[in-house]
Amino acid sequence: MFDYAFLILLLPFLSFLLLGLLGMKMPKKVAGIIGTCVLAVLFGLSLYTAYHYFFYTGEYEAMKETFHVVNGRLDGGQGVYPTVTVFNFTWLRFTELLTFNIGFRLTPISVMMLIVITTVSFMVHIYSFGYMAERDENYKAEGYEKGFQRFYAFLSLFTMSMLGLVVATNIFQMYLFWELVGVCSYLLIGFYYPKHAAVHASKKAFIVTRFADLFFLIGILFFSFYVGTFNYDMNVTPGLTEKLTAIAANPALQWVLPTALFLMFIGGAGKSAMFPLHIWLPDAMEGPTPVSALIHAATMVVAGVYQVASLLPIYIQFHATEQLHWIAYIAAFTAFYAAAVACAQRDIKRGLAFSTISQIAYMLVALGVCTSLEGEGSLGYMASMFHLFTHAMFKALLFLCSGAIIVIIGSNFKDYMGGLHKYMPITNICFLIGTIAISGFWPLAGFFSKDEIVDACFNFAPALGWFMTLVSGMTAFYMFRLYYVIFWGQSYYELDPEHRRRPQEVPFVMWGPLVLLAIISCVAGWIPFGHFVSLNGLPEEIALQHFEFGSTAWFSLLAATIGFGLATWMYAGKKQPVADALERTFPKLHKAALNRFYIDDAWQFFTHKIVFGCFSIPIAWFDRHVIDGTFNFLAWGTNEAGESIRPWQSGDVRQYAVWFITGTVALTLVLLCLV
Amino acid sequence: MNYTDFLKMIPEAVLTAILVITFICDFASARQTERKWMNPLVSVMFAALTVVCLLPMAPVHAFGDMYVTSSAVNVIKAILAFGSLIVVLQSRSWAEASGKEGEFYMLLTSTLLGMFVMVSAGNFLMFFLGLEMASVPLATMVAFDMKRNESAEGAAKFILTATFSSGVMLYGISFIYGACGTLYFDDVRHTLMTVIASGDLTKVFLPVMGLVFFFSGLGFKISLVPFHFWTADTYQGAPTTVTGYLSVISKGAAAFTLLSILFNVFTPMDRYWHVLLMIVVVLSITVANLFAIRQGELKRFMAFSSISQAGYIMLAAIGDKWPTSVSALSYYILVYVVANMAVFSIISVVEQNNGGKTDIDDYNGFYQTNPKLSFLMTLAMFSLGGIPPFAGMFSKFFVFMAGVDGSDIHTTMGAWSYAVVFIALLNTVISLYYYLKIVKAMYIKHNDNPLPTFNSDNNTKFALALCTTGILLFGICSYVYDWISMAA
Repeated sequence: MFDYAFLILLLPFLSFLLLGLLGMKMPKKVAGIIGTCVLAVLFGLSLYTAYHYFFYTGEYEAMKETFHVVNGRLDGGQGVYPTVTVFNFTWLRFTELLTFNIGFRLTPISVMMLIVITTVSFMVHIYSFGYMAERDENYKAEGYEKGFQRFYAFLSLFTMSMLGLVVATNIFQMYLFWELVGVCSYLLIGFYYPKHAAVHASKKAFIVTRFADLFFLIGILFFSFYVGTFNYDMNVTPGLTEKLTAIAANPALQWVLPTALFLMFIGGAGKSAMFPLHIWLPDAMEGPTPVSALIHAATMVVAGVYQVASLLPIYIQFHATEQLHWIAYIAAFTAFYAAAVACAQRDIKRGLAFSTISQIAYMLVALGVCTSLEGEGSLGYMASMFHLFTHAMFKALLFLCSGAIIVIIGSNFKDYMGGLHKYMPITNICFLIGTIAISGFWPLAGFFSKDEIVDACFNFAPALGWFMTLVSGMTAFYMFRLYYVIFWGQSYYELDPEHRRRPQEVPFVMWGPLVLLAIISCVAGWIPFGHFVSLNGLPEEIALQHFEFGSTAWFSLLAATIGFGLATWMYAGKKQPVADALERTFPKLHKAALNRFYIDDAWQFFTHKIVFGCFSIPIAWFDRHVIDGTFNFLAWGTNEAGESIRPWQSGDVRQYAVWFITGTVALTLVLLCLV
Repeated sequence: MNYTDFLKMIPEAVLTAILVITFICDFASARQTERKWMNPLVSVMFAALTVVCLLPMAPVHAFGDMYVTSSAVNVIKAILAFGSLIVVLQSRSWAEASGKEGEFYMLLTSTLLGMFVMVSAGNFLMFFLGLEMASVPLATMVAFDMKRNESAEGAAKFILTATFSSGVMLYGISFIYGACGTLYFDDVRHTLMTVIASGDLTKVFLPVMGLVFFFSGLGFKISLVPFHFWTADTYQGAPTTVTGYLSVISKGAAAFTLLSILFNVFTPMDRYWHVLLMIVVVLSITVANLFAIRQGELKRFMAFSSISQAGYIMLAAIGDKWPTSVSALSYYILVYVVANMAVFSIISVVEQNNGGKTDIDDYNGFYQTNPKLSFLMTLAMFSLGGIPPFAGMFSKFFVFMAGVDGSDIHTTMGAWSYAVVFIALLNTVISLYYYLKIVKAMYIKHNDNPLPTFNSDNNTKFALALCTTGILLFGICSYVYDWISMAA
């Protein structure tokens, strides 16, 4: 039934090849339309897949396995959703067990990710028509305008890679596509390559995530060395559970699984920008804003969450819960840290970037507080995936809105904005909806998903629950601050209307996707998400959707309201006396927050002074003088040897015959004497 | 004698049919204009031959085990037919310019027929017949540009050394006959088993002499060091198309035959020929690399490159397991065919547009005028050098793997085979250096008067497209290797 699934990977790849090879020969419009049409088809296919996966009744076959399902579920509609491997082809075979496969697997979360990726990507493709055209206009002055086709080619490649990542049948395929999305991210951050900041940011992102991926690879190697396979899904890999049990039961090997899993998580922490590997994400905002929306808010950065979620059964069943809780603590700290930094940012995109870090940390906290496969301990899994889903929608919305503003204003800084509600009414409404959704006010999407997470935290440890409630209050504060300084307050244009460009609403291709995403952000919270995704696969109810607000929901609503109230009090007016006064009273704190608490500088110090100074410079000296010297000597020797044997090849046939017979006789003698 | 056995030799029958059809067509069309469609016709027939060889065929034993095939033999025949197809495709403009295209295709077909007989021989005499059937027309092909002195010189050297090596080989075969009293492969194996088991040095002496002399004869065909001296002169003198044919098809067929005879006939003497191979492989790869570094003439350079590649091909035979060795070898040959034929097609095109000059310096700045050809040449060089993700990297990988497969590093022989593979690995670095020299000449070296821009004919374009597809896809698509290893 899912036989068409290979198209989901093939189409964007073909589109990448087409646009990459021939893009420059076709008009901009055509390239954009090709890319967008492919995405439209993918979007349709994903919806179709999701519909069939979750609602089909009857039987179907995949990889010679027959599934009898009622409403998508096995066992007459009472069981779990099946894990369907649509195809799984062996690319390289190392041993009988250890093969490297490329496949396509449908599980509830991979189907959900298909929807998320194609929806956001589709919206971004449409939106970019307007955005890139406007942006190209702006950059014309700098003698730089090419890139529309290149942009769409990279977007296609990214979509392919991300889809390949989420449908991976084994951890190595995930790693392969993981690196591919890293490359796409690198290419797209540095999209405006004449800009130094963009080039630096792209290098930084690539190096930091690559550094983290090194640990991912080591983790994979540990795992595959001891377990003997790259597969991680215990439902469909016969013998895997026994193998893992044997390793976990062996005292000498008990360290293997927790270590391997935590190493893999470090890779995930790099991609998902967890403290202290978060430093690349704010800089990544140098890329075009649609890219920030797609890659650095909605899809790629949640790869780490997806990875941990995919491996969660192994974490829980094989004594790695302690590592899981460490993930929760790291993520909780990150959430707080990022929220604190977000309160002081002047660049609206950076503000949103820190908010993204904070929200992803929420998802990881939720995964980290899982303690069992069923019951209360498994709530975090569903909550995390739910938040991933809703966050992708409203964060993409917020980023696309900020892109609209940036295109109109021509700057990222809040100082040039203010009072835009009059000039950009649609963007204003959409941004407001996104802000309310992320702040967690009923009845928008963020309320349901985030309060599930807070709920899971309270179940795990009340202190953590209170902490996350505090962070959600901060979320409301910094988001409304951002909203007020952009759309209300003193208008920059009105200070000098004669010399400044009058802001206006963006064209339809841009606000259309905004409105669609805004609608999704409003209603997504009402999806009975627990019905589709849960750790043990059986349906779970989300109490909030039935108006059964527990005490935790009231607390976080209260926190959000306080955050909202504070932001209104401080930033809604034309003048902001309170905020300015605070800034004057705590100048150091403000400066520290503005500078992201100097974490970047700490890394800078660590890499430049310690790593470069103590290791790299001596090693470089050794490399230049000893190693290069050796090889230069070898090359010289080889060359000389080549020169000195030249006379052998004399051109004289008689001599050839002599060599021939000498060789034969010599070989015979060698054989007879030696063997 | 059972004449119906002829019907079982399907690929040979098809080749004979091609030969006859080409002969009649050449006979019937006297004028140059009438022979315009000759090349397309022959190309189509070779394509058909490739398809026929690809069809699943049951193993055949015919003529009282004189003629024996297996699925591995069918695979190598398909690869040879495919390679010949590329040769035929890209030979068009050169063959038409010579005005004797019918003759050329007939010679080519008959050498291929000889090779087919050789790879499916079941008896030393049958094998020798096939070898000579391939070898004599090859000499004529080398001398095809009669008016060029180099061509004649190359052919003379080729035929002289070939005669010499045939003599040595026959001498070896007669030793084997003396030791075993038979020339049938299976019987030789059985007899050798008892001879070797006896451990009597006086009795072992004869078969060892036979093995080495026989090996030298085939080593000449594959151009392994120290039997390689003819290679550079002949490759340089021969018309470029013929050089390409010599370097891939003739070499591939001989390498396969050597592997198969070593594994299936000299089975009891594996200790001996493993040592023999290790020495020869290390010598071939290293010495040829040293020679190649200093070459300034591209065809001569490719000759040394092909000697070193021959070393890599035979590396597969160092392993202990027939299936991995034969599949690695066949796969290597396939990949080598596409990469090397791409290079020779380009050399041929350039030569025709450059007054017959093939110095590496002529390629300086080639990129400025012919970016597409330079790019293809670069791909082919990368593949020959074994840079991932091109097919050459995978073929080298499989050969290395086959080289150490089944050998235990704790035994002396096992340790030596690891050592040989390691030396081969080091040599890839040297080979990378000289392959990249060509790339450097094309892209980086400055030239005020680069070669003019030219267009190659459609057939060559098609051949180059086939080669490029092969270079790009044979490695990444594991189906190709799976198909080969399935047959082994």
